[in-house]
Amino acid sequence: MGHIVIVGNGISGVTAARHIRKLSNHRITIISGESDYFFSRTALMYVYMGHMSFENTQPYEPHFWTKNRIDLKKSWVNLIDHKDKKILLENGEIMAYDKLILATGSKPNKFGWPGQDLKGVQGLYTKQDLEQLEISVPNNKVCKRAVIIGGGLIGIELAEMLHSRNIPVTFLVRESSFWNSVLPDSESAVLNDHILSHGIDLRLSANLKEIHSNDQGAVKSIEIAETGEIIPCDFVGLTAGVLPQIELAKASGIATNQGILVNRFLETNIEDVYAIGDCAEQQDTLPHGRRSIEAVWYTGRMMGETVAQTISGHKIAYKPGHWFNSAKFFDIEYQTYGIVNNALNKPKSEMQMHWKHPEKNICITVSYDKNDKRFIGINTFGIRMRHEVFDRWLNEQRSIEFVLDHFVEAQFDPEFFHSYVNEIQLVFTTILSKSNL
Amino acid sequence: MNYQQSKSVAIVNPDTYGLSTQQKLWLGFGMIGLIMMLLAGFNVTIMNSSIYMVLAMTLISIGVIGYSRASYNHKKAGIKNDGVTFKSITSRGVLGWLTGIALTGFYIILYFYPTFLGLGTKGASNAGLVALFDPFSKWLNGNPASQWFVYGTLYTLAIIIFGLKFILKYRHDQYQKLRTISVMFFQLGFAFLIPELMSRLNSDTFKLPYVDLKSIWPLNYYNFDKYRVESLIDAGDIGLALLIFSVISIFIITPILTYKYGKRWYCSWVCGCGGLAETAGDPFRQLSDKRLSIWKIERWIIHSVVVFSVLMTTAVIHSYLGKDSSTYWLTKSVFLLGVGGLLTFIFAWVMIFKREALAKDAKYGAFGYFVVILALMGLFVFDQNDHLFFFKTSELRRTYGFLIGSVFSGVIGTGFYPILGSRVWCRFGCPMAAILGFQQRLFSRFRITTNGGQCISCGNCSTYCEMGIDVRSYAQKGENIVRSSCVGCGVCSAVCPRGVLKLENGSQEGRINPTEVLLGNDVDLIKLMNQQ
Ligand SMILES: Cc1cc2nc3c(=O)[nH]c(=O)nc-3n(C[C@H](O)[C@H](O)[C@H](O)COP(=O)(O)OP(=O)(O)OC[C@H]3O[C@@H](n4cnc5c(N)ncnc54)[C@H](O)[C@@H]3O)c2cc1C
Ligand code: SF4
Ligand code: SF4
Repeated sequence: MGHIVIVGNGISGVTAARHIRKLSNHRITIISGESDYFFSRTALMYVYMGHMSFENTQPYEPHFWTKNRIDLKKSWVNLIDHKDKKILLENGEIMAYDKLILATGSKPNKFGWPGQDLKGVQGLYTKQDLEQLEISVPNNKVCKRAVIIGGGLIGIELAEMLHSRNIPVTFLVRESSFWNSVLPDSESAVLNDHILSHGIDLRLSANLKEIHSNDQGAVKSIEIAETGEIIPCDFVGLTAGVLPQIELAKASGIATNQGILVNRFLETNIEDVYAIGDCAEQQDTLPHGRRSIEAVWYTGRMMGETVAQTISGHKIAYKPGHWFNSAKFFDIEYQTYGIVNNALNKPKSEMQMHWKHPEKNICITVSYDKNDKRFIGINTFGIRMRHEVFDRWLNEQRSIEFVLDHFVEAQFDPEFFHSYVNEIQLVFTTILSKSNL
Repeated sequence: MNYQQSKSVAIVNPDTYGLSTQQKLWLGFGMIGLIMMLLAGFNVTIMNSSIYMVLAMTLISIGVIGYSRASYNHKKAGIKNDGVTFKSITSRGVLGWLTGIALTGFYIILYFYPTFLGLGTKGASNAGLVALFDPFSKWLNGNPASQWFVYGTLYTLAIIIFGLKFILKYRHDQYQKLRTISVMFFQLGFAFLIPELMSRLNSDTFKLPYVDLKSIWPLNYYNFDKYRVESLIDAGDIGLALLIFSVISIFIITPILTYKYGKRWYCSWVCGCGGLAETAGDPFRQLSDKRLSIWKIERWIIHSVVVFSVLMTTAVIHSYLGKDSSTYWLTKSVFLLGVGGLLTFIFAWVMIFKREALAKDAKYGAFGYFVVILALMGLFVFDQNDHLFFFKTSELRRTYGFLIGSVFSGVIGTGFYPILGSRVWCRFGCPMAAILGFQQRLFSRFRITTNGGQCISCGNCSTYCEMGIDVRSYAQKGENIVRSSCVGCGVCSAVCPRGVLKLENGSQEGRINPTEVLLGNDVDLIKLMNQQ
C-alpha cells in the first residue's frame, strides 16, 4: 500500500482518486489551495445568477470522502522534491508520497494589456474569482457597465451572468464573428444574432488596447485598438481563453512546454509523477485527431479514469474516443460529436451541409469526407442528440447516407418536442444528390 | 445587421432582484383580492356576496397572470431561474417563513376550526368566507357551501392561474406545457366540476357520495369506509359502477399505465396534490433536501404510511363485513385471506424475480410485509369486529385521517411549501406515490436516460428536483435514473444545460445500467471496467 498524493481537487484529480479507491487500497490524499471540497467549476455561473447555492455545485457530500477514505487537505503546494519523493506545502508542512498526480488545472490568459491588474479587472476561473465578482459587480448600481474581453465559452457565460443582474455588457470579440475560431460561419452568425437579441453590446473584430484607471486605481474605461473608441465601465472581465497551470511543475524541474508534458501513460519525465486534466500536454499524437491540450471537463475526467488504472497496477495508455462537447449560449444549447471544422481549418476533403430553421434558433451542420462519403462530425444547436449513437456511428465509420437515414435513432430531445428530422433529411439528401452529379 | 453599431439595450431595472413596477402593480391587484377574502373571513362584506366573491377571485387571477406576464413575457423562452437563491420568498428568507406560517395557519383553521371560516354548524347558516361562496355553491350543486367547497374552489383556481404562470415560464418546453394543461384539466373537470354536478343529482331518495373519479385508493383512504360503500351500493347501478371502477382503477388501470409510462402518468399529469405542487409550488421546488440521510428517512416514513394505510383500510373493511358466507360471499375471513394471499403473492414474486433490482430496499419491503401479515393474523385470530389488537378500528381510521389525511397532506404538505419544498407530501407521505413508485422501480418501462458522457456535474438537475433526488449522482456516472420516488415532472431534463437527461419509456433490458467508465473514453477500457 502506497501513498498517492493528488495536487488539485478538480474533476481530473477527484476522478483519479475515486477510481484508485475502487481499484486499490492505497492511501489517498487530495490537496488543493482553492476549496475545501470538490465543486463543479462549470457551475460557477449558476451561483452568481442565483440558480444554485455554492453548496449545490458540490457533487459529493462531505461524508463521501471519509467513507471512501480519501483525505482532503486545503493548502497550496509550493514545491515538489521528486528526488526524496516529498512535497512542500505552503504552511511549511512536508508530505511524503509514493506516487504524485498533478491535476492543477488552468488559469485565465492575460496578454500583458496595460491596466490588466487594476481593481475591477478579473478573469473567471476559481471560486475566489466568483467571490470577487460578487464584490466588484453585485448589481447595476455599483457597476454601470461591464466590458468582457474575449469571445470564448467563458466569455459568453460571463456575459449571461452579468446580464442576469441587468448590468449592461459590452462584449469585445477579437474574431470577425463570435467563436468562428471553432464554428462554421453560418452557426457563428446565428450566435451573433442571439447575443445581440439579448441586448448585449457585441463588438466583433475588436481588440482591447488598454484599460484606463481612475484615481483610486480602479478601472474607469477601456480603449478599443481598432477604433480608438473609449468605453466607460466599472468592470472588465478577461476571458481570452485559459492556459495550463504549470508553475509548480516548472519550479520543481518537471518538463513543461505550454502544459506539463506527459507521454501516453500520462507520465511526466519524472518517475512516479503524473499529470492529468487541463494542465497536461500530450507529447505524442492522440487518436481521432485529438489535440495535445484540451481544457474541457470530459478530458479531465477521462484522464482521471485512465491514470487510476495505471496507478492501481494495470498500466494503460490514454486513448480518448471521438471528440464530443456541449455548451449553452444564453438559451441555445449546443452539442458536437466528431469533427466539424471552422472555415479556416476546414480541409478540402471535408464537406459540410447546413440546415437552419427559418425563424427559430435551431440549426445543424454535418460533415463528411468528400472522397469516401464517411460521416465525420455533427454540430447541433437547439437539438439534443444521443452521444451513444454518434459515438457508435463514428466507430463504425458509417457513411453520410446511413447517418441521414437513421437520424431518428440519434434524437434525444424531450418527449413531445417537434422533430425536424424530416426537413433535415429532405434538405440534406437533396444537397447530397446534387453533389453526386 | 451591422454588429459594430449596436448598442446595449439591456432593460435597466435598478433593483436587480427586486420587483419591477409592473410586477408590483399586478402583485397589488392580487393582494387586494386576497385581502378581500380575508376581510370576508371577518364578516366584512360591503356588497352582494356573489359580486364580492367574483371580484375577489378575479383580482387574484388578474394579479397572478399579470405578474407572470410581467416576469416572463419580455424575456426570451428558456430557463427562468435567475435570482431564485437570492429572493427571500424562494430561499427560506423572512418572506418564505411568513408565507409558510400563513399557509399553515390557513390549513389548521380549515381542517380543525372551520367555524372560524364562517361554517354554520348545527343547522345555522353560513357566515364569513364560507357564506361568500354560498351563491356559487348553490348555483353549482344546489346546496350551501361548506369549508371544503371554499377550499376546492380556491384550490382549483390556484392550479389554473399558477398553471398558466408555469406554462408561460416553460413556454419553450412542450412536455411541461402539455402535462400542466392536463393537470389543470383534471383538477377543474374531475376533481371539481364533475363531483359538484354529480351531487346535484342527489335527492332525498338518491344519494351518491362525493366522487373524484381520478382519486384512487390509497390516496382517497376513505374510499372503502362503510358509509361510503353503502351509499354507493344504495345508489344502484351508477353507484355500483363507480365502486367497481374504483377497484378496477387500483388493480388494473393503475398497474398498466404505470408499467407503460411510469408513475408520472398520475403524479405529474393527473393528480391534484401533484398539480398544486407543480403549479403554485413550483417556485419552491429547489428547497427539497437532497442529502442521503434524508433519503433514508424518506423511505422509512413513506413505507410506514403505506403499511398504516393498508392496515387501516383492511381493518375498516373487515369491521363491517359479515361472518356468514351464506348471506354474502365476501366474509371477514375470506377478505382477510384474500388480502394476505395477494400480499404474499406480490412479496414472493418480487423476492424471486426482482431481488436484484430491489437490492437495499428489500429490507423495507420485508419489514412492511411482515407487519401487515402479522396484523392480519391478529385480526383473524382475535376476530374482533372493531379492534385491531388494542386499537379500535374506528380510532385507527380517525387517527389515519387526522395524521395522514389532514396534518401530513395539508398542513405540512402544502403549508410548508416555502420551507421544505413543494412535494413534501408526495415524497414522504403519499401512500399512492409509494405504491406506484414500488411498481415504477420494479416493473415499468419508464426511466430517465442519461446522455453518455455529456454531464458536467453542474447540479442544476439535483437542485431543481422537487422529490429530492440527487439526479446528478446518476448522470455523472452515465447511469439511468430509475427511482421509485421520481414523479417524472421532467424539470431535471428541462434545466440541464447540456441536454443530458431524457424521460423515456423503453424496454426493461438495460434500464438499470451502472457504469464505471463513461462513454467517450477508450472503448477497451470501458469494456474492461464495466465487466469488472
Ligand atoms: C466558468 C467555466 C465554465 C466552464 N464550463 C465548461 C463546460 O461547460 N464544459 C466543459 O467541458 N468545460 C468547462 N470548463 C472547463 C472545465 O471546468 C475544466 O476543463 C476543468 O475544470 C478542468 O479540471 P481539472 O481537474 O483539470 O482542473 P481544475 O478544475 O482547474 O482543478 C485544479 C485545482 O488544482 C488547484 N491547484 C493548482 N495548483 C495548485 C497547487 N500548487 N497547490 C494546490 N492546489 C493547486 C487549483 O486551485 C484547482 O482547485 C469551464 C471552466 C470555467 C472556468
Ligand atoms: S428526477 Fe427529474 S423527473 Fe424525476 S422527479 Fe426529479 S426532477 Fe422530476
Ligand atoms: S443538470 Fe445536466 S449537466 Fe448538470 S449535473 Fe445534471 S445532468 Fe449533469
